[in-house]
Amino acid sequence: MRFNKFKAAIAAGALALGLASVAQAEDPLRIGVEGAYPPFSWKEADGTLKGFDIDIAKALCEKMGRECELVEQDWDGIIPALLAKKYDAIVASMSITEERKKRVDFSGKYYNTPAKFVAAKDAGFEATAAGLKGKTVGVQRGTIHQCYMEKAFPEVELKLYGTQEEVFLDLASGRIDLQISDSIQSLEGFLTKPEGKDFAFLGDDQFDLGCHGEGAGIAVRKGEDDLRLAFDKAIKAIRDDGTYAKINAKYFDFDIFGAGS
Amino acid sequence: MAESGGWLQALTEFSETTSPLDFVLIAQHYDLFLQGLMNTVGLVFFSLLIGGALAIPLGIVRAARQPVLNQLVWAYVYVFRGTPLLVQTYLIYYGLGQFEAVRDSFLWPFLREAWWCALIAFTLNTAAYTTEIFRGVIEATPHGEIEAAKACGMSPWTRMRRIVLPSALRRALPAYSNEVIFMLHGSVVASTVTIVDILGAGRTLNAKYYLAFEGFIAAAVIYMLLVYLLSRGFKLWEWKWHAHLRPREIEAVKEPAAAAPKAIGLR
Repeated sequence: MRFNKFKAAIAAGALALGLASVAQAEDPLRIGVEGAYPPFSWKEADGTLKGFDIDIAKALCEKMGRECELVEQDWDGIIPALLAKKYDAIVASMSITEERKKRVDFSGKYYNTPAKFVAAKDAGFEATAAGLKGKTVGVQRGTIHQCYMEKAFPEVELKLYGTQEEVFLDLASGRIDLQISDSIQSLEGFLTKPEGKDFAFLGDDQFDLGCHGEGAGIAVRKGEDDLRLAFDKAIKAIRDDGTYAKINAKYFDFDIFGAGS
Repeated sequence: MAESGGWLQALTEFSETTSPLDFVLIAQHYDLFLQGLMNTVGLVFFSLLIGGALAIPLGIVRAARQPVLNQLVWAYVYVFRGTPLLVQTYLIYYGLGQFEAVRDSFLWPFLREAWWCALIAFTLNTAAYTTEIFRGVIEATPHGEIEAAKACGMSPWTRMRRIVLPSALRRALPAYSNEVIFMLHGSVVASTVTIVDILGAGRTLNAKYYLAFEGFIAAAVIYMLLVYLLSRGFKLWEWKWHAHLRPREIEAVKEPAAAAPKAIGLR
């Protein structure tokens, strides 16, 4: 309702000035982010958003010459809120997958890191169907990791959480035997922290193209090709001029963009 | 067979593309919602059962104004009515799990399970509210009833058991039916601590297919049906327990009316 009024006001203003296109270009671009997924995005004690995703989003906006506004949104509803026009794009480490492509369009990837299991150092089981039998695995609800577990390990008991931080809390307290998530995220957000000292990666990279897709991309509403292409161009620009490398180096000591372009 | 298959496919396609709500997708996941229903009903039923049982002695203590006990119960009620159920559940689920002492204790096999944590939180919460309901109705017992019981020579306990409680619990029924419905709605908190209750089932569906409405609407419909059944059930219960308050059919009026024509005939 409010949005419609807002739109109507803009349209009326634009008509009066006869400058419809200019009025639209001055609209800040609103970007949906999560804020509970360190080191990609987290919230400082004072409420400011920090992280790789946040820096990338800001850099892309700068390259696109648009003013940006970050909108926080729980992961659960991050796609529905995009479709409901609460914001215009999602920069939240969202993997480009077939199932999601049914709802939204994606830019090219802006990074790609593998998924891995994390369990106690002295877990004493292997990351195989036989090893995981009777184990409880935690995943964040609605992620590629939930898709992967249901596909590759249908027999395992899954516990679904709203945020990745809650998964780590329950892993640390021993409610779940292991968890699966992005390896870089679990390394930086848990394993290198005091609460993760008794835990380690379990097994190799887990990969299934259908579930994991080709890396994290920026999601826009279907059919908004101008915006999608503008993001593609901006990703290439920050890759070329070293902005990406600078942001990358701030958080990681290796290139997280992955192979390919 | 082939014909019905084509018909089903057409329905599925309509549901997926044209219909604003993908109802076929909801129907396909009926087992998820059934699991949610079992979890919700189980949690609410057992927390109300245990919470209600706890609330009777606590309510008596409050109403009797026992010096020390009363203050303790008052503090308990104050804490659990003064904080949101979500916070209580989080404190029990995530909070207690932080302490090594708790994790090493004999309680951990229970506190490890989200279901037990939710049951504990819900039970303590509903017991607090119900205690106050019971205190109110016990205090409102008509003085004459107690006087009469005293005159019959009943001891305080007999009085409580035979006179005060039966009448007080009857009068508590309307207020208590509200508490039951609030508890049912409050139980959605379970979905935030990994339990697949009715809302949890809806959230799982939404998250899996990146939907905005389907899961929530299916959940809302199930909650509405449950509340309908609950309120019908309480109506029946009240009808039975409040029989003495029902307007009586006055037989004395009926009989003369039936006899009247005869009287006319005699004339």
